[in-house]
Amino acid sequence: MRRRHFLTLSAAGLGGILIYSLDRKASRLAAQDKPVRIPLRFFTEAEALIVSAAVARIFPSDDSGPGAREAGVAVYIDRQLAGPYGRDRFRYTQPPFEDAPPEFGYQGKATPREVYREGLKNLKNFHLLPPADQDAALHQIEDSYFFALLKRNTIEGMFCDPIHGGNAGMIGWQLIGFPGPRMSNLDEIEKFYGEAFRPKPISLHEATGSKIRASEDEP
Amino acid sequence: MKTLPHTDVVIVGGGWTGLLMAKELGSRTALSVVVLERGAPHKQDEYATDMDELEYSIRFRMMQDLSLETVTFRHSQGGRALPLRQHGSFLPGTGVGGAGEHWSAVFPRFLPDVFELYSRTVEKYGKARLPEDHAVQDWGITYDELEPYYARAELLLGISGKAGNIHGTKIDGGNIFEGWRSTEYPTPPTKIPYLSELFRKAAISLGYHPYPVPAATTSQLYTNPDGITRPGCTYCGFCENFGCMIGAKTQPSNTLLPVIAKRKNVSIRTGATVRRIVREAGQKNGKARGVSYVDSTGQEIFQPADLVFLASWTLNNTRLLLLSEIGEPYDPVTGRGTVGRNLSHQVSFSAATAFFDQPLNRFMGSGASGIAFNDLDGDFIDHSQLPFLRGGPFLARSARSLPVGEADVLPKSVKAKWGSEWKKAMLHYFDRTGRISFLGEHLAYKGNYMDLDSTYKDHLGDPLLRLTLDWRDNERNMAEFATKKGVEIAHAMGAKEISSFNGLKHYDTVRYQSSHIQGGAIMGASPESSVVNPFLQHWQTPNLFILGASSFPQNAAANPTPTILAQTLRTAGAVVDRYLKNPGPIV
Repeated sequence: MRRRHFLTLSAAGLGGILIYSLDRKASRLAAQDKPVRIPLRFFTEAEALIVSAAVARIFPSDDSGPGAREAGVAVYIDRQLAGPYGRDRFRYTQPPFEDAPPEFGYQGKATPREVYREGLKNLKNFHLLPPADQDAALHQIEDSYFFALLKRNTIEGMFCDPIHGGNAGMIGWQLIGFPGPRMSNLDEIEKFYGEAFRPKPISLHEATGSKIRASEDEP
Repeated sequence: MKTLPHTDVVIVGGGWTGLLMAKELGSRTALSVVVLERGAPHKQDEYATDMDELEYSIRFRMMQDLSLETVTFRHSQGGRALPLRQHGSFLPGTGVGGAGEHWSAVFPRFLPDVFELYSRTVEKYGKARLPEDHAVQDWGITYDELEPYYARAELLLGISGKAGNIHGTKIDGGNIFEGWRSTEYPTPPTKIPYLSELFRKAAISLGYHPYPVPAATTSQLYTNPDGITRPGCTYCGFCENFGCMIGAKTQPSNTLLPVIAKRKNVSIRTGATVRRIVREAGQKNGKARGVSYVDSTGQEIFQPADLVFLASWTLNNTRLLLLSEIGEPYDPVTGRGTVGRNLSHQVSFSAATAFFDQPLNRFMGSGASGIAFNDLDGDFIDHSQLPFLRGGPFLARSARSLPVGEADVLPKSVKAKWGSEWKKAMLHYFDRTGRISFLGEHLAYKGNYMDLDSTYKDHLGDPLLRLTLDWRDNERNMAEFATKKGVEIAHAMGAKEISSFNGLKHYDTVRYQSSHIQGGAIMGASPESSVVNPFLQHWQTPNLFILGASSFPQNAAANPTPTILAQTLRTAGAVVDRYLKNPGPIV
């Protein structure tokens, strides 16, 4: 059994954020509330703190709005790595593994879990550095496969359905102007030519009223 | 190996072609029909909750499980083939309905001259004009022979569109370049996203002839000749890579399965992975006796049958022929053999990615709602002075407009790859970005083919299929030409910044291009140069029929499903009316 690890999230400095617990219950964390401790499925606490800090530099909170830390991207990545994606459940992983030009796609043996575990070793104490030093540390690794994966997973965690643990409070969708799974745009599609139509985002759970099973929750 | 009771017909693969054949034979005959599908069942109601981009469009929940089986790839015959370890340039479906469940449902017919590509090209430009190493062939059928079946397929699926040529009369607003049609489309065109409207106006201003894309995402409530009723599209935007939540997108699950379900003589077995077509012992040209497969518990099973249909998509059709040692494998050096020859994909890319000042509301739309024009397709422009033959349609849709996949598509003026500047650019550009797509013909070449890999195996220990494929100058020059035209259109649409396609070099397995892969078991007029006759019947094994785009001698620019369905209907007719009365070669 691995020792239980938690990521502690604080809402201080924000208007409040939505946190998704393991049983998919959403609770709003207001600025004055005590921090929330989220049980981790794959990362150690130290790793989760580094990932949380790194994704916050990739997709930062700034004058354009909240970022990856507030959207729960680290929680999203933790769940993805713990699930089938993290262990390459759907990738062809038979040997031999050979180096190849980029047109052949990723030919490596390492699973996303292994790429993260290895990559995070180069970011020790990253979360304790000042932002400028954090950026410098990321610039050092930005050509690595680990960074490419981290960036890709950050985008996923920002803009996926909140059922996956990221995009908390549909922060990402609100920022980018995406309404989520609206069941019908029949009356609007030809009506809003040239002007923004921005309905309030809804999640898949809200849109369908159904319990949605996320693949990372499958055994 | 366990032997099951005999069935009249076994169909390998439960996608569009396999299920359409099952429906036709099940309805028109009393034959017992078994469909073997290696994936899972699909039902309409599961799609009510599938609007999850991460699961369906990023993690590819509906696609083939590559951990079990993939293909290997190399650029040329001497090269080292490596497995495609994750999905990329094309997306094979799996499960009942196959790729027909998650397709984008664009439904154009092929141009008439496509079916006689070799003859027409030689007639106009002379033999010397074809590339030296080409393998271009005529199909052995003509558009006129296929037209009634196109019309039937359109009725079956309730295609939405506007005809541009009815019995030779050109109609404004439709596609005036299309082959003659016997009828108008069954339903009117779909609604049009803003990007497509900008494209339509720009195309007119440049002298082109735009028309609404023919769509199997039906525009209104429709009841087909089988009595199947489907609702109209609501433009939710979760289309390509998804099953339709309301059944407005025609899929085998909502159009064919309800009919099949009523036929007691048809059964569908899922979790059945066919490994071999079994022939009469000791006879090289003997009849097929049935197929052997592994069920979901791992048991080896022999299913005897009088009639075998191979309907398992282009690549798997070819692989099963090679594994079963039916027909002579193609040898690119001697030119002998036919199985595996004429592998082609499609010259398919975003000619221009256009960034606008105004928002596009691109989340509204369907995979097929959009505008296209064919002025630069086929041989409608003279290629005498151009460095390539053939062409393709341009189109603008709001398909693939979901944020995980699209947020990081940014203009070149944005230098940052992460951080605050990058984030702000994503927030600004996400809904201001549109694509001008081009789908160009890919000619067949002697060196582009399929055989069995000598190193990599599937989960059952059988060799993977090996693709040897690369572009030639005809495709590279066509892409360069189309890119210039795409940029002109984007300018005319009022784009503020444009990223042009950066050119075709070597075939790239990473960039999604289209799932329009064809060849390997091609049709033709002669057994020397084709695997199946013009009725898709195997030349040497007459109780074996091979359905799907594996029969296409080369790519034809447009989306292949309408032609695949029309051919399947034509074959079904020939089997019922001719083969069953007198089993043997139809031709």
